[in-house]
Amino acid sequence: MKFSEKWLREWVNPAIDTDALAEQLTLLGLEVDSIERPVELGDKVVVGHIVSIEKHPDADKLRICQVETSEGEVQIVCGAPNAAVGLRAPLALPGARLPGGIKIRKSKLRGVESAGMLCSGKEIGMGEDSDGLFALSDDAPVGAVIAEYLQLDDCTIEIDLTPNRGDCLSIRGVAYDVAASNGLQITEPATPAVAATIDDTFAVSIEPGSGCIRFAGRVMRDVDCAAATPLWMAEKLRRGGIRSISPVVDISAYVMLELGQPMHAYDLSKLQGAIEARNAKAGEKVTLLDGREIELEADTLCIADGSGVVGLAGVMGGNSTGVQSDTRDVFLEAALFDRIAIAGKARRYSAFTDAAARYERGVDPQLQERAIERMTALVLDICGGKVGPLVLVEQPGAAEVVAPVPLRRQRILDLLGCEIEDTQVERVLASLGIELTATADGWTAEAPSRRYDIRIEEDLIEELARVYGYHKIPRTSPKTLLTMAPVSETELSVKRIRQVLVERGYLEAISYSFVDPELQQQVNPDFASLALANPISSDLSVMRTSLWPGLLQAVQRNHSRQQPRVRLFEVGLQYHPAGDGIDERKQLAGAVSGNVRPESWQAAENTDFFSVKGDLESVLALTGGDWRFEAAVHPALHPGRSARILRDGQAVGWIGELHPKLKEVLDLTTNTVLFEVEMSALADRALARSEPLVRFPSLRRDLAVLVPSETPAQAIIDVVKATGVDNLVDAMVFDTYAGQGVPEGQKSVAFCLILQDFSRTLVDADVSQAVAIVLEQLGKQLGASLRES
Amino acid sequence: MIDTSEQLAKALEAVAGASDLKALDDVRVGWMGKKGHITDLMKSMGSLSKEDRPVMGQKVNDLKRAVAAAIEARKSALADQALQAKLLAETIDVTLPGGGQQSGGLHPVTQTLERMSALFVQLGFTVAEGPEIENDFYNFEALNIPAHHPARAMHDTFYFGDDRLLRTHTSSVQIRHMENNGAPCRVISPGRVYRCDSDQTHTPMFHQVEGLYIDKDVSFSDLMGHLEQFLKLFFDQDDVEMRFRPSYFPFTEPSTEVDIRIGGGRWIEVLGSGMVHPNVLRAVGVDPEEYRGYAFGIGVERMAMLRYGADDLRVFFENDVRFLSQFR
Repeated sequence: MKFSEKWLREWVNPAIDTDALAEQLTLLGLEVDSIERPVELGDKVVVGHIVSIEKHPDADKLRICQVETSEGEVQIVCGAPNAAVGLRAPLALPGARLPGGIKIRKSKLRGVESAGMLCSGKEIGMGEDSDGLFALSDDAPVGAVIAEYLQLDDCTIEIDLTPNRGDCLSIRGVAYDVAASNGLQITEPATPAVAATIDDTFAVSIEPGSGCIRFAGRVMRDVDCAAATPLWMAEKLRRGGIRSISPVVDISAYVMLELGQPMHAYDLSKLQGAIEARNAKAGEKVTLLDGREIELEADTLCIADGSGVVGLAGVMGGNSTGVQSDTRDVFLEAALFDRIAIAGKARRYSAFTDAAARYERGVDPQLQERAIERMTALVLDICGGKVGPLVLVEQPGAAEVVAPVPLRRQRILDLLGCEIEDTQVERVLASLGIELTATADGWTAEAPSRRYDIRIEEDLIEELARVYGYHKIPRTSPKTLLTMAPVSETELSVKRIRQVLVERGYLEAISYSFVDPELQQQVNPDFASLALANPISSDLSVMRTSLWPGLLQAVQRNHSRQQPRVRLFEVGLQYHPAGDGIDERKQLAGAVSGNVRPESWQAAENTDFFSVKGDLESVLALTGGDWRFEAAVHPALHPGRSARILRDGQAVGWIGELHPKLKEVLDLTTNTVLFEVEMSALADRALARSEPLVRFPSLRRDLAVLVPSETPAQAIIDVVKATGVDNLVDAMVFDTYAGQGVPEGQKSVAFCLILQDFSRTLVDADVSQAVAIVLEQLGKQLGASLRES
Repeated sequence: MIDTSEQLAKALEAVAGASDLKALDDVRVGWMGKKGHITDLMKSMGSLSKEDRPVMGQKVNDLKRAVAAAIEARKSALADQALQAKLLAETIDVTLPGGGQQSGGLHPVTQTLERMSALFVQLGFTVAEGPEIENDFYNFEALNIPAHHPARAMHDTFYFGDDRLLRTHTSSVQIRHMENNGAPCRVISPGRVYRCDSDQTHTPMFHQVEGLYIDKDVSFSDLMGHLEQFLKLFFDQDDVEMRFRPSYFPFTEPSTEVDIRIGGGRWIEVLGSGMVHPNVLRAVGVDPEEYRGYAFGIGVERMAMLRYGADDLRVFFENDVRFLSQFR
């Protein structure tokens, strides 16, 4: 809502400046978005009167005007097409400064002296019109300072309204709040009923059950629609963001801005039969005032006459029955439509109008007659005419009955946490027009129809607090009874997992939950994804079934920005359709490329499967589970360099090098390794348990065996551990080798056995026995043979 | 009788002249060895008179001790010199950077969320999570936002073509929490939320922390006091001013938005809050005559931007490592 400050001050004029007023509005909940300050024109821009015009001898488009001012005539060279004898227009005299820093001096244009400049609207900072001179009315006093004459010393205030304050989409509504806040009374323009001078009426009916609640109408005849809108009105409209079109249309907009009631005027001669407010029949068409033809759906409230639909109720009038400059007879409408009937229609039919914005929020249900009277009086003043009787049609039972609302003294204290004296409560609410009747524990309140939003006790308390001032309510420090809550030691926190990765050089990423369907299809083709009905763009249109598409795009983005070293992880949900429901699964995922460590003077090591596996293992080791990696194929991963991750035998994740084909598709500059693990598999942690330290020395024996190339190292360790040899405390692989000295199709795997007894020092014989058993089992189960060195 | 002082001077000179261990050993052999000068002296003592012999013996012994001591001293000096030389040769350029991995960092949103949680947890709030794909009831209906409510226009919602939608706020988590746990309750729900909006100051996904405090004696005055304290501690700066501005949310009444101003700059809205609307309490089976409380919602990115001085929201989700590395 944008309005002229002067207009507001006609209603209520607190003795505070613009900034203080704006601050006050904001702190009333009518948040000021912007203040447009007046253009400083000074006193050198005055009303000029063109008394004669002759052609410029050396320029076709220029003319020489003699312009009357309060200090005699001056000669002005002017190029405006609308310059004409008798026209009054702003004249900038030498010394004037115009918006945009233009300084006016005496000059010669093509050899002819010009003592200033006649101005367009744009040149004096009034709107965008630069086509011709800004035509002032014929009674504009010659020589008067323009800034004073046009009352340009006015600010335009724009407020950002919350959806509950439809009443403040009018000067009247804002004025009530300002008056309440300053303890002032408002001055409303008088709107006495205009006596009918003719008997003409136009029949209106309301379809029962439709969203039309009231319809006030009036016929006016012999209205001069070619009359000019007075400057004061055009200016108020302009400052309210509305362009002046024609007097009747302007008056309807004026009444709407002033009182908050959307108005409409029909050309009576174009209405056929009678008007009915009814729901549209599916497929009915109407051409709107903006020239578009739309097809209506059956739930759309419309205004129809004998010829069909003539308006989209509460949104926009129809083209066929609109008022034109040659219109003589008009039918005025001020209707009340149900909010729900209008809600969403502006959006659906792309007709975001001032009327729709008001009806969607709600309009004062008692305002219609008054608005018609106000409009009638203004039409009579400006366009003249004869007035028919005001006819009000109401849909029986449609009007909402608002019951008085109880307001308990105790409830005010409970909810606000501070006591407000009865006299304060009564003063504040009365200033908003709310009538209070005292009861045993407080009051009952009746809000004026203007404040149809006040329905419950909390509404009243909010009004009270708002006008009383939130800043006057004391702010209390927390006081609370605390109890200790359990602290689990067997849950592994996300925080700890993040910490481990951060310490290992990872940066935490957060990527969108919706991704590019094509990329997702390539990364995770085996899963269906849930598509958004209204995505923001096609590349963010499906819910991710994996964190990899988002992370891969992040890698891609970094590579394209010369950042080849990327170590990212993300914790977030992935979304799998599951019947009617959705399986939201929290994942830990990562994408790593470039050097393992930041570039330095020391030898660089490239990220590979094992460096990332090591990072991930440092996380897995925090949990209480048994983790295994087994070779497996994933569509996004290099088939020979990928593993399924199992916890206690359950598949819960993947790790592997990005498939070279995807690397090419994404145009990545280096290899990328990906991992993902379900967070639920990382959720627990074994409580630490201390074992006594063995004091006897351990013995280590290194062995190398030849096995078929495809035998996983894990299998060797598994066999070793499964032998159950005495005193074996650990076994691990420390080298693998294939090539010269090892037969084709085989590899050498070197591993060590570590043996230790808690009660004695082991001797060679113990070790030899263990080695013999291990070699025997490896031979039997894996076809392994000891590699002789 | 021979004067040994001349011998001693010669010996000491030879010791001092030995420039390495080898030369020193040669000196030792030349003086103390089986054929050395001192041994020769010892041997020559047999020709001395009975009276002179002990005197001479004493002198030769003194000489021997003195030479041995000098050799030892020289030896340790030479060893020390050799060590010094070795150490010098091992000198490194300590100004070269250290090797190994460097710490990464947590996303600023996570850091901000953790900071916010840490403050509310001190007031006894617990953290609750909930689904991101919600239905109309939990996201709107239960929050006093029926269909056609104009407030729905404030939430540009992502839909899936059925009843399901992407939550537009984490208030839905609070509804679920109250439904399951009833009153009293003190809970915050951090998480991702979604609005169908994208420009310099809006991303289609962002994060919120919503809080809910329901008990028998919670008031608007508490709301203001608690949030004031939270904001002061969060920004931890002396020049932060704040104001509570009346506003409107369908699920709270009275409602307020809180603006802050740092160092006398512009007012910036940082959170919305209010006393929970009785309809919301009724929707989850809590009697509004018995219980009341406050709710608030804080935009995490906005807080992160103010705290860390970031001015472009979109970079938060680009995952550019140069941006992320700024948050160690």
